[in-house]
Amino acid sequence: MMGVVKIIKPGIFTTVQDEGRFVFSKYGVPKSGAMDLESLRFANLLLGNDKNCACIEWAFQPPVLQFSEATSIVLTGAPVDAFLNGEKIKMYHQTKVSKNDILVINFCKNKVYGYVGIKNGFRSSIVLDSRSYYGGITAKKKLSVGDEIAYKKQEYFKGNFSGISASFFTETTKVVEVYPGPEYELLSIEQKRVLTNSVFTISNTINRMAIQLEEKLKNSISSIITSPVMPGTVQLTPSGSLIVLMRDCQTTGGYPRVLQVTENAINQIAQKRMGEKFNFVLVNF
Amino acid sequence: MIDKLQYKRYSEKAILIQWPSGIGEKTLNDLLFYKKKIEIFYDKLIVEVISAYNSILIYYHITIEDFYSTVLELKSLYSLGFKNLKTKNRLWKIPVCYSPSLASDLENFASQKSLTIDEVITMHTAPFYTVYFIGFLPGFLYLGGLVDPLHLARKSTPSLQVKKGSVAIGGKQTGVYPIDSPGGWHVIGVCPLDFFDPKSDPCCFISPGDSVQFISIKEKEYNDIRSLVSNGIYFPESVIL
Repeated sequence: MMGVVKIIKPGIFTTVQDEGRFVFSKYGVPKSGAMDLESLRFANLLLGNDKNCACIEWAFQPPVLQFSEATSIVLTGAPVDAFLNGEKIKMYHQTKVSKNDILVINFCKNKVYGYVGIKNGFRSSIVLDSRSYYGGITAKKKLSVGDEIAYKKQEYFKGNFSGISASFFTETTKVVEVYPGPEYELLSIEQKRVLTNSVFTISNTINRMAIQLEEKLKNSISSIITSPVMPGTVQLTPSGSLIVLMRDCQTTGGYPRVLQVTENAINQIAQKRMGEKFNFVLVNF
Repeated sequence: MIDKLQYKRYSEKAILIQWPSGIGEKTLNDLLFYKKKIEIFYDKLIVEVISAYNSILIYYHITIEDFYSTVLELKSLYSLGFKNLKTKNRLWKIPVCYSPSLASDLENFASQKSLTIDEVITMHTAPFYTVYFIGFLPGFLYLGGLVDPLHLARKSTPSLQVKKGSVAIGGKQTGVYPIDSPGGWHVIGVCPLDFFDPKSDPCCFISPGDSVQFISIKEKEYNDIRSLVSNGIYFPESVIL
């Protein structure tokens, strides 16, 4: 039997996300998927789900959700105070949800993206092998008031759940590990030094497609012939801006790719807020 | 073999191969042939191969442990000839309605180029455009072959929304917007076809290596084809090259 979760309040930018689309980049389809894949995977792990089960992802302002049937949920990602029918619940732990329960999550003060995982995943429609929202591919770009997403009602509950100490996951790192990008060698020694030895700041321009950095790098290298790019690619624009491509990025680009953020560090940089400072640290493959 | 290719590690799971020769059909054919071989030989190991003008990206399922020997294997695959691996490229006839009432920038474009609308249509419909790759937007074809007299720098202020189906010119390129998108190109026509349909398999009916020719149609024909397309009963005309 199926239940639905109803969006009572949608938050700022709340979507359904799984691990994303993988074999459609050759058609120009963005990969999408959770901005912080590690948090998505933790939610599924703690629920005993398949690792690609869909979760609800919110940014900054969490949604208010009502569940029509019994299930279990896990909250991961940005640290928040969350309440089920007014009673405080723990993050990184399974919480049993009963018919018509309402989940309220307070505004998040740290990090950016949070996840609501559910037993067996949310069942929004699958488009090109994924439930991840992307305007132009899925029917909706983001969730709005009154939207309903199906899930499978849970009939039996086990007594003991494993959980993780949330404090372990609230640490933010001051470094972002990167590999040299395909055009890294075109940079001068001075440019390389600035890139790997100075502090960078997350600008106000951040979304699911890209994160722009505040500092500029004096740029002397010209645009390249349009070539593939991926989430984590750091592009250097003609004006010297550095743009870190994120999950919803295009599949090809014409700006020099100076760095490539490691898979793990993409999750970390995704969770950085406007004004947050960090260093790029070059690592070897 | 035409080039000394460059192999670059791009990420934990990805290798980028670059052709130093730049944009051209010779590079394209060599690249697509190599891509096909990789897709066949490494079927189980790779997620997909993404191609662009002069580069391909191989995305593997798992982290590449030994980059050096992976590249050595790829290099020997590159030099391997295949007799039976001839891909069939198609020439697609793509209907376009060049009408000022549907294409917002057509009149302005023609006057900026000191051409009549008929001259723009004649020049835009004459070439067989080569499809280099799909990128930028889902189903957006990178086409080569726009004639010089139709080159025009992009708008200084991009339009907030260019409608799906818009046939446009930006710089030295021409293309069709497959979905609604912001864009800085000059819209000179509208095409009734869906270049991207997530419900179809494959979601794009045109492949890199194919060619495209635009065919001028009247507004009534545009509406007729558009309604057939929405009912899923129109398939564009094509011939094997």
